[in-house]
Order: sequence, then C-alpha cells, then structure tokens
Amino acid sequence: MSIFLNADSKIIVQGMTGGMGSKHTALMLEAGSNIVGGVNARKAGTTAEIGGKELPVFGTVKEAMEATGANVSVAFVPPQFAKDAAVEAIDAQIPLLVVITEGIPVKDTAEFYNYSIGKQTRIIGPNCPGIITPEESLAGITPHTIAGKGPIGLVSKSGTLTYQMMYELRDFGFTTAIGIGGDPVIGTTHIDALEAFEADPDTKAIVMIGEIGGDAEERAAAYIKEHVTKPVVGYVAGFTAPEGKTMGHAGAIVSGSSGTAAAKKEALEAAGVKVGKTPSETAALMREIISSLPQ
Amino acid sequence: MDLFEYQARDMFEAHGVPVLAGKTATTPQDARAAAEEIGGGGVTVVKAQVKTGGRGKAGGVKVAKTPDEAQQYAEQILGMDIKGHTVGTVMIAQGADIAEEYYFSILLDRTNRRYLAMCSKEGGVEIEQLAVERPEALARVEVDPNVGVDEAKAKQIVEQAGFDAETGAKIVPVLQKLWEVYRDEDATLVEVNPLVKTGDGQIIALDGKVTLDGNADFRHPDHAALEDKAAADPLEAKAKEKHLNYVKLDGEVGIIGNGAGLVMSTLDVVAYAGEQYGVKPANFLDIGGGANAQVMADGLDVILGDDQVRAVFVNVFGGITACDEVANGIKGALEILGDNATKPLVVRLDGNNVNEGRAILNELNHPLVTQVDTMDGAAAKAAELARTK
Repeated sequence: MSIFLNADSKIIVQGMTGGMGSKHTALMLEAGSNIVGGVNARKAGTTAEIGGKELPVFGTVKEAMEATGANVSVAFVPPQFAKDAAVEAIDAQIPLLVVITEGIPVKDTAEFYNYSIGKQTRIIGPNCPGIITPEESLAGITPHTIAGKGPIGLVSKSGTLTYQMMYELRDFGFTTAIGIGGDPVIGTTHIDALEAFEADPDTKAIVMIGEIGGDAEERAAAYIKEHVTKPVVGYVAGFTAPEGKTMGHAGAIVSGSSGTAAAKKEALEAAGVKVGKTPSETAALMREIISSLPQ
Repeated sequence: MDLFEYQARDMFEAHGVPVLAGKTATTPQDARAAAEEIGGGGVTVVKAQVKTGGRGKAGGVKVAKTPDEAQQYAEQILGMDIKGHTVGTVMIAQGADIAEEYYFSILLDRTNRRYLAMCSKEGGVEIEQLAVERPEALARVEVDPNVGVDEAKAKQIVEQAGFDAETGAKIVPVLQKLWEVYRDEDATLVEVNPLVKTGDGQIIALDGKVTLDGNADFRHPDHAALEDKAAADPLEAKAKEKHLNYVKLDGEVGIIGNGAGLVMSTLDVVAYAGEQYGVKPANFLDIGGGANAQVMADGLDVILGDDQVRAVFVNVFGGITACDEVANGIKGALEILGDNATKPLVVRLDGNNVNEGRAILNELNHPLVTQVDTMDGAAAKAAELARTK
C-alpha cells in the first residue's frame, strides 16, 4: 500500500512540452509512472515524443481526463501561469494535483488553495519535489533511484532533505515519500500526510522533516499526540538561522519568537516524537525503531 | 521586502488611502526646506525612516513648531542608531490634530492559509502588547483571499472592533482602500498604526508598514525601485546579480549546497561541529539543482569574497544532477577561479553516481580540496580547517 499515489495512478503533465516538463516527464516514465498525456492549449491535438513514448497533448485538463481517465496532474508551468493551471485542474475535478513550480506569488497560491476547499482536488505543493511511491509511481521530481519500497512513510517540507533521508534509509525503503513544499501556503500539510500514513497498513513508521517558519510542525505535534499510534521520528532544519532572514524557501523565516527550530523540536518531543539533531542522527533513530519492530 | 514608512505612505496615496503630506530629506537643510513647503512655516513632524519599531521611544520622532526646529531635529535624528539601524532619511510630515488613535492591519495567516484582518479602537501602542494583555480589544477577522475586504467585510471588522456607527461608517471605505493596496501590490502585510481620527472627524493613515512578496516582482516592475540598495550587504548584492540564493551570516565556514532544506541543515551541522573550534557558518548559499561549473564558480567567488571565511564546505546531494556532474562542476569552477581560489574546500558528495563523482575529485588531486564521505564528518573537517582556537 501507499498514500495518495500508486501503480494504478494515471498521470497527466501540465506544462509537459516545456523544458522542465519534458525533462521530468522522461524521468517519471523511467520511474515507472503511467503518464497518459500532457496539457498545452497551444499544442492541443498534437503528440510529443518523450522517453521513447508518443504522448498525446490535450487542450485542457478536462479533455485530458475524459480521453485518458487521468486522476493525477503534475504541473510544471511557470509561476505566472500557475494559478490558472491550478484552477483549471480543480475545475476539472482531478483528484490529485502536484504543483512543482517554484516562485509562485503567495496571493496566487492562497487564491487557488482556497478555491479548492470543498472541491474534489487534493493539492500537493507548490514549490515541492512531489510524491513518490517507490517501484510504483512518481508524480514529481524525486530521483527514483535513491530508494525502493519499504515500511517507512516520509513527509518533508524540503526536497533535498527528502532525498538525503531516503538515501540514509535506503536499505529499509519507503511506502511513500512526499515533499509538501516550503512556501508559506501549501495544499497538503504534514498533518494530512500523517493521517494518511497512520491509515496505511504497510507504513510501519514515519519520518517527518520540518524547517523554520510558521507553526505547521507544532500543529503536527499536537496531531501526533492525539491521533498517531505509529512511531514518528522528526528532524527540523534551521536551528542556527537568524531572525528576519529568509533561508531559501519563501516560508523559511523566523519572525520574532515564532517559527524557531527549537520551539518545533520541543513541541515534537513533547508529543513523543524522537527528534534528531542532524539528518544522520535522525536516520539512526529510525534505524533503531525499525529494527525493534516485530517482523 | 519591507518598505520604509514614506514608501508605504506614497503607496497608500496612490491607492486613494487618506494620508498627510510628507516629504523625505537626507540632510538637515533639505529637512528645513521640506518643512517650509509642507508646514507652511507651521508645525511639522520629523520622523526617522527605519525598518524597525520603537523609533518614537528612541527619540526618532519629533514635533517641530517651525522650519528651524525641523532642521535642528533632523540634525539630531539623521545618523542616529535605532536598534542597529542607522537613520539615513527622515520624513517631514504635516502635523495632525489627532483626536483618537486606532489600529488596522491585514496580513497573510499561514496557519489558516487565508488572510487575517485585525482592528482595534486602541491604536498607537505596541499591538503585540495589546494582543497579549487585552485580546478582547483587538478584533480578528478572517478574510477569504478570493473575496477580500469588500464593504460587508469592512463593516464586520469595524463592528467587531466596537466602533460607533458614525466613526465606523467613515473607517469602512478606508479599510477597503487598504485592502486594495494589499491585493494590488501583492503585499503580505499592510499595517496602519495609528489610523487616526482628526479633530474635524477625518480618518487618516498616519503611519504605515507594508511588506511585499518578492515572488510577485514579475508583475510589479516598479517594486525594484523600492529596494534599499544602500543597506544591502555588498556580497548579497553581488550574489543577487548572479541569481544566487545567498544570505550573509557572521562566521568563518563558507557553505555551498543544493536545496534550501539541505543548506539550512548544513548550517546547523557546521554550527555544532564549530563549537569546539570557535567557528560558525559564514553564509547560506543554495545553488539549486543545476550545480554546473559556472554556478559553482559564481558561488565560490561570492563566498571567497568574504574576508572572514577561512574554509568552505561544499555539501551536495546528487539527485537529478548526479554527483559526477557536480564533481565536474567543482573541477570547472576551480579552473575558472584559478589563483583566486585560495581557501581550503571540504567536499561531501552523496547520492546518484557518488562513486564516479568522488573518483573525479580524487583524480583531480587539487591541493585545496579534501573529500569527506559523510555530512557530519565533512562539517567537522571544515570547522577544523577554519579553526580560530
């Protein structure tokens, strides 16, 4: 089992014919993803040859879904067009929309996220590496070669820390690894992923990676305390980040006393989560937990 | 990007928010001329332009009865240090006949992924303090990003803040205008403190704070002019020119990595390792996914321009860009930099094609480059090479 994405997922790519889009469509195909087409209004009716496969290009998400039965869209469109692309996907009622695009104005994200409330679409991202269910499907840019299938569920704000953690724990493997993105407003949260991993019978333990800014980790800690029975190991990046400086991600900023790594670590530990000081220490904590689980 | 008060004032005015006349000055003489122009020989207010709170308490705001006094106060205030910010500009503002002071702000509420409007009849004070001591005096109203502060929402806000009908009716259109500033300028914060009622019953935004979203710069070419270039760190400015994501910190170990999360994590690991050697991370630098020779060279060039740096830690996880490409990037960067590469580099490569990547650097056998296999080990090595004790 897995969360949100599996071998049956049929994926379309918004922005497939662009530079990023075509490069990563090829990599997704290599990872085994069932890519069924792309969307580009200006190239509707044509096909694109990517990774040795002829992929149809549709004018809209709706047409693509009707023609292919697609249930996942991955968006690689530039920031200027991201909101329109998201709204189009939401209107077409696609069940899962993964927005990879970096640099979207937060107003646009706030608008399309709020537009999605009460509708059929789960949004992952924006500004994220997407989601991978190893050996089944990849909807995003996570390298599929890092790790295979296994008992660990991973949810992270950061892309490269996702890769790093998958690499450190590659001998165990993952049910699903999901990068939720480092923007101030995101669709799927730590809590959504924790809830799904808790319900997934194959996930035996969960790694949660956070970073400075906002209070998502604190809220996840409160959720874990109440609702999560599986062991959770945590890591928070940015202990040494100074106040008022944005650390790469638009959302990664300590303002006043809020959003510090120390406060997040404390909240997680109070919820019974073991928190590592470094990625490797965090991986070691997970190693201990997995080793002690009944086979 | 945070704006200065005078920039917020100008922005408010452009959107039809009622403000008082104001003009900036960088010399006492200009301040006098501005006071004559704005005050017509009468009362003006000399206000330090700094991007921090508490300037009134620090003596950065003075009421001047005459242009002479405005000049004297400007002389005192220009060059003053307010919480680490040196005052380079003052604004000479028209004096106001203040009857009452209120508070209003609208901001991005990350927790609820919406906007939050806050309003109080008790403005002019530290709002954080009010929120803690008398939370009931601060109305907090959720705003749907797709609806905004329309008339109905503005009425709800003033009602919840407890304004009487007459004052409330005067504030409502001002809140709608402030919402237009927030929406049309892609702000993440618009704050007015105080929003005042004058003796003759007018509502005026007396002091404003605006934070703009840098991601939206592509639709606001005019925002580039609002940047405070004088205050920018020269290395940060240089990095920005080369489209590098760099933040200058105070330390000895230069850091280059790929991915914001990994670089943040690298700073932490170096800080821990540096404790025993008396060193700290010197910067944040995320070179993103590419990591080709030119990007690596640009990154190293910026970091080596920091005189405080004694060693550099290059921490890359090969994802989409495999480690052999990154290793070739480092090799190419050292060729580009030539004799300008002067400080030891500790390189940690992991991930895709790690063996090929490490082999390339082993073969290069560059006297400045040390390879260490793990992130923790490499951080310790870099801290040791940069040691000050």
